[in-house]
Amino acid sequence: MTFRMNRRSLMAGAAATAFSARSMAQAQQPINVKIGVLNDRSGLYADLTGEGSVIAARMAVEDFRAAANGINVQIVSADHQNKPDVGANIARQWYDNDAVDVITDVPTSSVGLAVNQITREKNRIHLNSGSATSDLTGAQCSPNTIHWTYDTYMLSQGTGGAMVKAGGDTWFFLTADYAFGHALERDTTAVVQRAGGRVLGGVRTPFPGTDFSSFLLQAQASRAKVIGLANAGGDTVNSIKQAAEFGITAGGQKLAGLLVFVVDVHALGLQTAQGLVLTETFYWDLNDNTRAWSRRFGAQRNGFMPTMVQAGVYSSTLHYLKAVAATKSKDPAQVMAWMKANGTDDPLFGQGTIRQDGRKIHPAYLFEVKKPSESKGPWDYYKLLATIPGEEAFRPLNAGVCPLVRA
Amino acid sequence: MAEISIAAPPASPTEAADHAALHRTLFIALAALLVVLPFIPVIGYPFFLMKVLCFALFACAFNLMLGYGGLLSFGHAAYFGFASYVSAYTAKHWGLTPEASILLGTASGAILGLAFGSLAIRRQGIYFAMITLALAQMVYFFSLQTPRFTGGEDGIQAVPRNALLGVLPLSNDTVTYYLVAAIFMAGILLIYRIIHSPFGQVLKAIRDNEARAVSLGYRVNQYKLAVFVLSASLAGLAGATKAVAVQLASLTDVHWSMSGEVVLMTLVGGMGTVFGPIVGAAVIISMQNFLAGLGAWVTIVQGVIFVICVLVFREGIVGVIGKWLKKPL
Amino acid sequence: MFELLGIPPQALFGQLLLGLINGSFYAILSLGLAVIFGLLNIINFTHGAQYMMGAFIAWMLLNWAGVGYWPALLLAPIIAGISGVIIERTLLKRLYHLDHLYGLLLTFGLALIIQGLFRNQFGSSGLPYQIPAELRGGQNLGFMFLPNYRAWVVVASLVVCLATWFVIEKTRLGAYLRAATENPTLTQAFGINVPLLITLTYGFGVGLAAFAGVLAAPIYSVNPNMGADLIIVVFAVVVIGGMGSILGAIVTGFGLGLIEGLTKVFYPEASATVIFIIMAIVLLVKPAGLFGRAA
Repeated sequence: MTFRMNRRSLMAGAAATAFSARSMAQAQQPINVKIGVLNDRSGLYADLTGEGSVIAARMAVEDFRAAANGINVQIVSADHQNKPDVGANIARQWYDNDAVDVITDVPTSSVGLAVNQITREKNRIHLNSGSATSDLTGAQCSPNTIHWTYDTYMLSQGTGGAMVKAGGDTWFFLTADYAFGHALERDTTAVVQRAGGRVLGGVRTPFPGTDFSSFLLQAQASRAKVIGLANAGGDTVNSIKQAAEFGITAGGQKLAGLLVFVVDVHALGLQTAQGLVLTETFYWDLNDNTRAWSRRFGAQRNGFMPTMVQAGVYSSTLHYLKAVAATKSKDPAQVMAWMKANGTDDPLFGQGTIRQDGRKIHPAYLFEVKKPSESKGPWDYYKLLATIPGEEAFRPLNAGVCPLVRA
Repeated sequence: MAEISIAAPPASPTEAADHAALHRTLFIALAALLVVLPFIPVIGYPFFLMKVLCFALFACAFNLMLGYGGLLSFGHAAYFGFASYVSAYTAKHWGLTPEASILLGTASGAILGLAFGSLAIRRQGIYFAMITLALAQMVYFFSLQTPRFTGGEDGIQAVPRNALLGVLPLSNDTVTYYLVAAIFMAGILLIYRIIHSPFGQVLKAIRDNEARAVSLGYRVNQYKLAVFVLSASLAGLAGATKAVAVQLASLTDVHWSMSGEVVLMTLVGGMGTVFGPIVGAAVIISMQNFLAGLGAWVTIVQGVIFVICVLVFREGIVGVIGKWLKKPL
Repeated sequence: MFELLGIPPQALFGQLLLGLINGSFYAILSLGLAVIFGLLNIINFTHGAQYMMGAFIAWMLLNWAGVGYWPALLLAPIIAGISGVIIERTLLKRLYHLDHLYGLLLTFGLALIIQGLFRNQFGSSGLPYQIPAELRGGQNLGFMFLPNYRAWVVVASLVVCLATWFVIEKTRLGAYLRAATENPTLTQAFGINVPLLITLTYGFGVGLAAFAGVLAAPIYSVNPNMGADLIIVVFAVVVIGGMGSILGAIVTGFGLGLIEGLTKVFYPEASATVIFIIMAIVLLVKPAGLFGRAA
């Protein structure tokens, strides 16, 4: 293809640069875009990202009618096994050998940061939906990355702030002993203290763990009103399950799940998870649009409802395709500029914006898990407690340490 | 340990010279292959090649101990991974040149090997394996608990490739590849030299019949410790080089499953053969690389290969070829 | 009230009790491993996967066949045991004349296959399994709230462990087993079908793992990876107890549960590593393990 473009540029005249030749060539023929969905397809987060994210990306291509808009989209996917070395390896290979233009999803913060790094080095685009770390738009922010769905700051802001407001002013943390857990604990502690609450203590649990009863008893002995679960995936599921078993929730202490997905609640069952307070930016049953989309999604995914991460993959892919169609280019700088300059609009997150530091802004929702008696059917799990506007939910632009903002 | 399938029939002096000539030819062919590999499409991707070479050196170092010393370590990830942290850390935070950080990494592998080896060699067989596993788990724990040094589960990312000797820039992947290839060749030639030295002969004697070696007056434990330290240092060299080559040191490198993986590579390629671990590493890394799209099926395929190797293919790929040729490879 | 290192004694009792409960799982699992190692000389790396299978079989029985917890407690070990018998007959028996290493590698490969298949079929975020109605709720012991189900876990595992010990050490069948362990050729010469004994022993060991899996299903999530990390710990337990020692596996299983429980109070971060530290020390001081005989 490069060869053909070069010949065109020769024919177009000596004045034509390679760049304008490329855009000319693309005006006449469809632009080929390759999207890589990189996530966990076999481990802890396979259900909340995995094949579902690939389906979501494919739905975005369908809904945008990419072919009719002059874009040929090819979607590839791979399993990073939640290991930064595996993820970095795949990302590099995709960029170097397979001409992948954009990598999306990438759960697990350590892998997300690695892909963020490589994307910048290779000058492509990374639309991160799955990672939690707010460093992606903080110290490690990059002109090539957009952090789409959620982050640790927003999770702690939503759940932490709301719990204190509701009277839960003393906290005890069960923190998964790795950087993500520590970040979540640190951010939530700040929110709790700012809101006038106190942190009575915490315990660092080996990651991944299966038995949390010992740590839960320590939490119980602290007499804190709220037990904050600064962990994810299987750790969260097990700690919630065991808290119910040891009568901790029945004893009046509240559990605050700092990172809980709808598939986790599904795995726990309402009997166990009821009363849990959590924050998400998407729920399938929010409005008619989300319901219609989720039903289509569920039909391709054995009835599983989409998680916010999968919704984020859809939303980010859609916005990216719009940018490519509008700029008639896949030059990363141009596409990123368009995406940041133009607001987002899709059936799942509604209208939103993308900030200079790469943070996508949309509302967050505080949910409480329903009692079994309140649930009207399968996947009817959440009760909306509050809507937090995007500007409040996410870290203010000037509070992060992103070097792009100072510029 | 006598029943481990190691193809090493005793050779007469003329045969030995014959084998040495064959090995020399193979080494030259290997070196030539390493030179031209980056120009071959698909597999000639320097990043992939560097990874294969680092793991091949790692497997050769492991094989030195298992195949020639008869010592099964289930904790070799400790030396590989720790050295890779040291090398990554010194390159990133102290700004050391690659040769300095790789040397420091190798030295750290050696020191760790000396400490762990002197504990582990007191026991034999499965207990030896279990002590090495236990000690390696402690290294893993240490790595997990010192995020300031290791970066926790993020690992040490974006390790800079500083200029070699302060002059030769490694910004180009292909240049770095040739550095890695040179280190790899030096490493396996050293291993080959060790195996065929008088020291290596004594090692094999200990492997085949420890009691007899003792009765012949050899200080068996000193030999075992020496091969342990050599193996750990070379594993360290592999890990340290890997950190510079792929610009990342992470918990994966110190986890026990990495210790299992290096056993798998050696087994697939052929235990106690000179070239087996190289082939084994190439096969396993290629599989992980090219089958990544299969998701959970990768582990299933890997498991099936394990099972097939153990049931019908115990000499490994190179061991079987060596049998056909009736020559040790 | 006095305090021990800043922890009130009531809290310490609670933690010890929890340690004992976790120890129950270690005890059953390491018992199965020890029985298999004793007779087959194989280090069964598939044990973790077979524990996971037990939990999944219980889940399948409930959700696909409507069979509840109590029958599953018996059925799941039998089904898993049969699968073990098949593995032994078709694969393991080819390895008996070889080094330990090969058995370990083969079973390691099998574990990868089984875990991969379950992950493909059931995903990986885990499936719910309710505590049986009879065992819901709990007792307030004053120093802690003890869920009935956890109490049942300790009782059930103690009974199973002691029964196994009794069968092996005190009955005629056990005598055959021990004889076959010592000298299979001679035992065979006395007219005892040793290959059958070996097959059944492997099936029984697998059944024990599956039994632990069913016990674990209601309290931990039923997850394809639930056995993957546990297996390394259980290995350590068996090594500390002395490879192949039945009593050693049981006592060490419970004992290490207690020690781990204490670590969770005083240095929680290290609770996943403490067992390996103990293993290294024990092996250096007492090479054959606490209850093992020197080879």
